[in-house]
Amino acid sequence: MNVAVAKTGSGRAVSDLFASAEGRLPGSPAVIAARREAFETYERLGLPHRRIEEWKYTDLRALVGEVLPLAASPDAAALKRAAETVKAHAIEGARKLVLVDGVFAADLSDVKALASEASLKTLRETLEKEAGLLKTASTDAVISLNAAMATDGVVLSIADGAQFSAPVQIIHVATAASASAFTRSQVRIGKGVRATIVESFVAAGAKAYQVNDAVVLSVGDNADVAHIRLLDDSPDAVNVTSQFVTVGANTKLNFFNMTTGAAVSRLQGFITLAGEGSDLSINGVNLLKKTEHGDTTLVVDHAVPSCVSREIFRAVIDDRAHSVFQGRIIVRPDAQKTDGKMMTRALLLSDEAEADNKPELEIFADDVSCGHGATAGALDDSLLFYLKARGLPEKQAQALLIQAFVGEAIEQIADDGLREHVIGIAERWLEQRQ
Amino acid sequence: MPAVQETVERVKRIDVDQYRYGFETLIDTEKAPKGLSEEIVKFISQKKNEPDWMLQWRLEAYRRWLTMTEPTWARVEYPKIDFQDIYYYAAPKPKKTVTSLDEIDPEILKTYEKLGIPLREVAMLEGVEPKPGEEDPARRKIAVDAVFDSVSVATTFKAELKKAGVIFMPISEAIREHPELVQKYLGSVVPTSDNFYATLNSAVFSDGSFVYVPPGVRCPMELSTYFRINERNTGQFERTLIIADKGSYVSYLEGCTAPQRDENQLHAAVVELVALDDAEIKYSTVQNWYPGNSEGKGGIYNFVTKRGDCRGANSKISWTQVETGSAITWKYPSCILRGDNSSGEFYSIAISNGFQQVDSGTKMIHLGKNTSSRIISKGIAAGKSQNTYRGLVTAHRKATGARNFTACDSLLIGDKCGAHTVPYIEAKNSSATFEHEATTSKISEDVLFYCIQRGLSQEEAVGLVVNGFVKDVLQQLPMEFAVEAQKLISISLEGSVG
Repeated sequence: MNVAVAKTGSGRAVSDLFASAEGRLPGSPAVIAARREAFETYERLGLPHRRIEEWKYTDLRALVGEVLPLAASPDAAALKRAAETVKAHAIEGARKLVLVDGVFAADLSDVKALASEASLKTLRETLEKEAGLLKTASTDAVISLNAAMATDGVVLSIADGAQFSAPVQIIHVATAASASAFTRSQVRIGKGVRATIVESFVAAGAKAYQVNDAVVLSVGDNADVAHIRLLDDSPDAVNVTSQFVTVGANTKLNFFNMTTGAAVSRLQGFITLAGEGSDLSINGVNLLKKTEHGDTTLVVDHAVPSCVSREIFRAVIDDRAHSVFQGRIIVRPDAQKTDGKMMTRALLLSDEAEADNKPELEIFADDVSCGHGATAGALDDSLLFYLKARGLPEKQAQALLIQAFVGEAIEQIADDGLREHVIGIAERWLEQRQ
Repeated sequence: MPAVQETVERVKRIDVDQYRYGFETLIDTEKAPKGLSEEIVKFISQKKNEPDWMLQWRLEAYRRWLTMTEPTWARVEYPKIDFQDIYYYAAPKPKKTVTSLDEIDPEILKTYEKLGIPLREVAMLEGVEPKPGEEDPARRKIAVDAVFDSVSVATTFKAELKKAGVIFMPISEAIREHPELVQKYLGSVVPTSDNFYATLNSAVFSDGSFVYVPPGVRCPMELSTYFRINERNTGQFERTLIIADKGSYVSYLEGCTAPQRDENQLHAAVVELVALDDAEIKYSTVQNWYPGNSEGKGGIYNFVTKRGDCRGANSKISWTQVETGSAITWKYPSCILRGDNSSGEFYSIAISNGFQQVDSGTKMIHLGKNTSSRIISKGIAAGKSQNTYRGLVTAHRKATGARNFTACDSLLIGDKCGAHTVPYIEAKNSSATFEHEATTSKISEDVLFYCIQRGLSQEEAVGLVVNGFVKDVLQQLPMEFAVEAQKLISISLEGSVG
């Protein structure tokens, strides 16, 4: 291997990371070869840093330093702890799919209930046959690392015309402290499907762990899909997630992301509108405190004409936290009649909070209507005064205004139950603040 | 359809008829040998009779430049520039030592006449004062510094400005006559190590304008510099330094043109503005370098570093630019808002047509307390051009009460062009209030239909809409420039409607 060996902060060669895990990584010899290649790419690039434009505001070398070794497979005690955590975080009535420390836990999942509605496999099973799942449309160091190290994930395929009454909830539980979990899931949604996918990231007592997740989602024509992601990792965890989404024609996709945990989190989404007449709505809320760093980076690619995309983001930043929003709307030369709008607003609650916004437009077609807006600022003093004059204590008045501020994004969730669930998360965050 | 036919005809004529300044002036010039080396830097310095400190400053920049690489982050594409294939110094050959303005080559005077600098001002160039009765009261006086290739050929109204205490002269003269001012401020806003092109400029800049406005003085007239590249294969590297001392005001205009040629020429200028307490500088540019022909051949590479430093409290710097020329524009006039309560403004119209590539914008760096900035950018992309707005607004942790408003709108004319917006917005304290909005669209069919229905031709209708689109920025230009700019905009977009 003719590659310069990169060193981590502690001086340990990063290749140890792969060498020590290799025996536990699933896959046929071809898959292992693909993994090795991906790891070499990662090794050559190293963790992303601020000199890499896409990672300008999230310097993983400074924020994270090194990638922790692969978590051990969960033992019985870990699964027991995970089961309790799952119970606490499960959405009512949802079909659960649970990954504990990067390994699919069939006993905690509703495999049977799902079997009648969709085909479910694990990444582990799939990789015994083919390496295709390790390939993605775009790649960078963390995506390569994920391809090299992914231990498990769900491979879910929903047949054409399926109508789901209950959401499918993929729950990532961390039980192992100071270790990394690498997961990669694929969700294929057929034509005319109506479904809701929820992803949750939670900790079962684990501290200082790292999550590197990848999701490949494809949605067929004429579908109506809601996709909700709730990040509630432990306050000292690291979560880097890459999502690759392809949307068919005349489809409605409504995505929402809520970040209330993790010391360092980054959600990078690459969404391609590949079929005409689709309607994409991407929304999110970052609630950050202490020294948390939350990054949402989205690339919405209008590859075909006549699609609508809407993005609404809100960040509430307290203490010394740092919120990053990078949104790019690309309109390809043929994508006429595109309507793309993006709005990102940051609310700074403390003098040491930081908000960085980079909303980009990249437009190669003329018959379009695109725009973005970005604001950053503190709570409006006159509104606060109004509420205080009516007898509300300072913190409560603030909480009320913050709720209204994030409400604009949360309102975009169509499902009543899920919307209430998310509002509940925001309320609890605000209560903790008081 | 006749309208389409008309457009096709216009497009055919576009490369020859559109650029009115594409002629070449045949005069004897003196050139340094091609290429860049320490010897060339020394040659330029010697030609300018510069003191040793200036030579050392240049050499330091040159050595630094050797270690640097060209920036590649901008959204522009061009073949690699061979920096050894350029003349770094070209000057009209003086017939003898120029002691009076009469001895300037009449060809050069004719050139400026052709460029539309009014005859009256040429009379001024020759030092002929108008008779008192002839003075047109409606016309304000404008002092002109004319830069031809590498040297400043004439500066008008010097005497009158001197009476007010304003120093307005070629920077090469200022280095000799006011070394204390130049030494204090040169490179204090754009350091020699700033970026690849600024460092190159620091090593080889040949001329440019120097302005110093003393405390409390309101500069009695508009100052202006007219840049002209004439010689083949030469690069133009001018350097402008404007200092507005406490409580002073100055408005400065800049215009530029070049002959029509098949090869690309490099223009890498540096402009530094310093505003001390309560001072205000207004800097306007109408950039009309040769943009290349309809196949994208030729044209100027315009790689410019412009930066203003609001060093004093309550100071203000305002940039206004109309960018219609150049094959490639790479330019980010910026404001460092260092003084408390200082403010920065950036008004821009960037028009690209044919194969032009524009990557332009601004930086507003809020460092002082209660600083404010305003960015209005209007990009118009037509033909096969790419037009990018790239901007940074940042508030330092201690810049409490910082405010910014940004609006960048893009208009697309035709389906082969691209318009892009890349803003960076960094708020590092809670009292900063930043607002940013951007839109991109084409001219609405309804609006065009409405205008055409009322008897306007398609071209006129587009002209009307475009003028409305850029109005916010045009209003910021001094009157003399606004008229020229408006004409320029309609010419630049000629043939783009289909």
